[in-house]
Amino acid sequence: MSNIFKIAIRNLFRYKRRTLLTASLISTGVLFVLVFVSVSGSFKNMMVGQITDSFLGHIQIHKKGYVESIDNLPLTLNLNPEELLKIEDMINHTPEVEAYSPRIKFGGMFSNFVETTNIRINGVFPEREIKTSPLLPSRIIEGTSEIGKGEILLPELLAKGMKINLGDTIVIVATNKDGSVNGRQFRVGGILESATGPGGRDSYIHIEDAMEVLRMEQMEISEIVLRLKDFGNLHMVGSELKEILSTDLNAKGKLKFEIHTWEKLSPFYNVARMIDLMTFFIKLMLIAIVLISIMNVMIMAVFERIREIGTIAAIGTMPEKILFMFIIEGFSLGVVGALIGDIIGVAAILILDSLELTFNFGRQADLLLVPTINFGEIFMMSIIVIIASVIASLQPAFKASRMEPIKALRHV
Amino acid sequence: MELIVAENINKSYQSGEVSVKALKDISFKIEVASLVSFIGPSGSGKTTLLNLIGCLDKPTSGALKIADTDVFGLDRRKAASFRGKNIGFIFQDFNLIPVLTVYENVEYPLLMVQDVPVADRNKRVMTLLDAVGVADQKDKYPDQISGGQKQRVSIARALVTKTKLVLADEPTANLDHESAYMVINLMKKMKDDLGTTFIFSTHDQKIVGEVETIYTLEDGALTSREDTGRVKDV
Repeated sequence: MSNIFKIAIRNLFRYKRRTLLTASLISTGVLFVLVFVSVSGSFKNMMVGQITDSFLGHIQIHKKGYVESIDNLPLTLNLNPEELLKIEDMINHTPEVEAYSPRIKFGGMFSNFVETTNIRINGVFPEREIKTSPLLPSRIIEGTSEIGKGEILLPELLAKGMKINLGDTIVIVATNKDGSVNGRQFRVGGILESATGPGGRDSYIHIEDAMEVLRMEQMEISEIVLRLKDFGNLHMVGSELKEILSTDLNAKGKLKFEIHTWEKLSPFYNVARMIDLMTFFIKLMLIAIVLISIMNVMIMAVFERIREIGTIAAIGTMPEKILFMFIIEGFSLGVVGALIGDIIGVAAILILDSLELTFNFGRQADLLLVPTINFGEIFMMSIIVIIASVIASLQPAFKASRMEPIKALRHV
Repeated sequence: MELIVAENINKSYQSGEVSVKALKDISFKIEVASLVSFIGPSGSGKTTLLNLIGCLDKPTSGALKIADTDVFGLDRRKAASFRGKNIGFIFQDFNLIPVLTVYENVEYPLLMVQDVPVADRNKRVMTLLDAVGVADQKDKYPDQISGGQKQRVSIARALVTKTKLVLADEPTANLDHESAYMVINLMKKMKDDLGTTFIFSTHDQKIVGEVETIYTLEDGALTSREDTGRVKDV
């Protein structure tokens, strides 16, 4: 086999310019794909991170039917303490979960004593919420994220519109699930930068204050938000939890709870899908480049070496060895192109990293673009290029191996 | 002892709508360790006959045995294997592989056709390069040596597998007179030293005088056989 490699490599060097051009074409393709994958991957990860780490979390658990009517924030579809306990027990037995945060979500009226408007409020345990939505503290542009009792974190847009400053007093009025109305004063403890995505313009209060406003005698939770240790386990953990909760049925024999991964809760999932789709098509383009360029070179190589093929066939070289000679020539070209592309691609990604480019996403500005690519992705890309090279060589190689020596020797 | 026995070989091919008889009822016998030449004008069927003897082509009818093997009955793969083990080729245009050195060209059949172990391979290649007088050129590529040297390399490549038979189609056509004689003398020497049978086609009357048996072909038919009376050493 090493001799076939030797002959193949020497044949590649025989037409240096053509080999160089083809290898350059492949390398350029690999370079662009690696840079695109790293940049788009960085953008996608940043986008998903912003959405999940600011508010949404990785997985949410609700009572069945809650998400369907989430715009109304129905208090009648909250989890009772017994249900909460059951779900918490399940979460505590799931080692992949890093943190979780129960929330009481409700809509209310919000007044600065001069003007009134509507507001969405999340009653949370501050420490648990921050562990589950770690970007929450970074969104606070004034004040702190501690959310003491009697304090409210207001979204920036609402605060500006109502001319409310840090430390001001405001009133929240809400209707509880029995239909009675209650109000309570809050001090503005912090002002939140709006986050892109669902819940990005919600306000936060302490969960005990939420219970007080809603006159809850016992804690009734609207949603439980989960953050996983490894985002890559999202679907596996989601499926596992769904499986566990599938045994809990209501009186009508239907599921009591529902579990959603972030993808089902955010419209930005479609943007992420679009990025994946674009990456896929870019990879397809690379495969097309490799297929066409290698096939072109190999067809030329076979055509130019017909008499040589005739000679080696005449002196007894078996057809499969002739086949391998040409396949390995294409394979070697693919390997060289992929390797050079990988090296230049990684260098380009490092340069992009060092430039510290920023971009805006929704209301978040100056997010740092951190193009990264893992070894697996580079390896996969190289394997794709090499397989495409081999496939492109098959037809010319097969033609060479099937050549009648007598006809090949007569070729002028 | 007979190496080749040909009986009533006919070869026809289509040229447009016309059927051309390239070989007509050819029969002959060639002994082991002989130097045989097929002569005749262009189009007389010399190359067609050599192609048939070389298992590169199939006849329309007839039988051919080489070393007791019915070679016309071999399929494509078996014919390739038979050639690799039993037949060496010397081409008019030398047909050396340009990306391989002189040494590697001679080594090629041992490496790619017969899988000979490295120690034996080196010994056989160097012995033959010495014998044909191009050992000092072993690291050069074909485009760095002269036509005569290329044909010597080609002879070494044909002999390195210890084949019983070497076929040469117009081996001296592209060589000057001196180189042509050198090639023929080399064939004679190799025949004597290794007991190889050489069959070649040629137009060159001066070279023809050096062989033991001359077959004349005219219009695809074997018209005469002449034994030159040279003493065989085997």
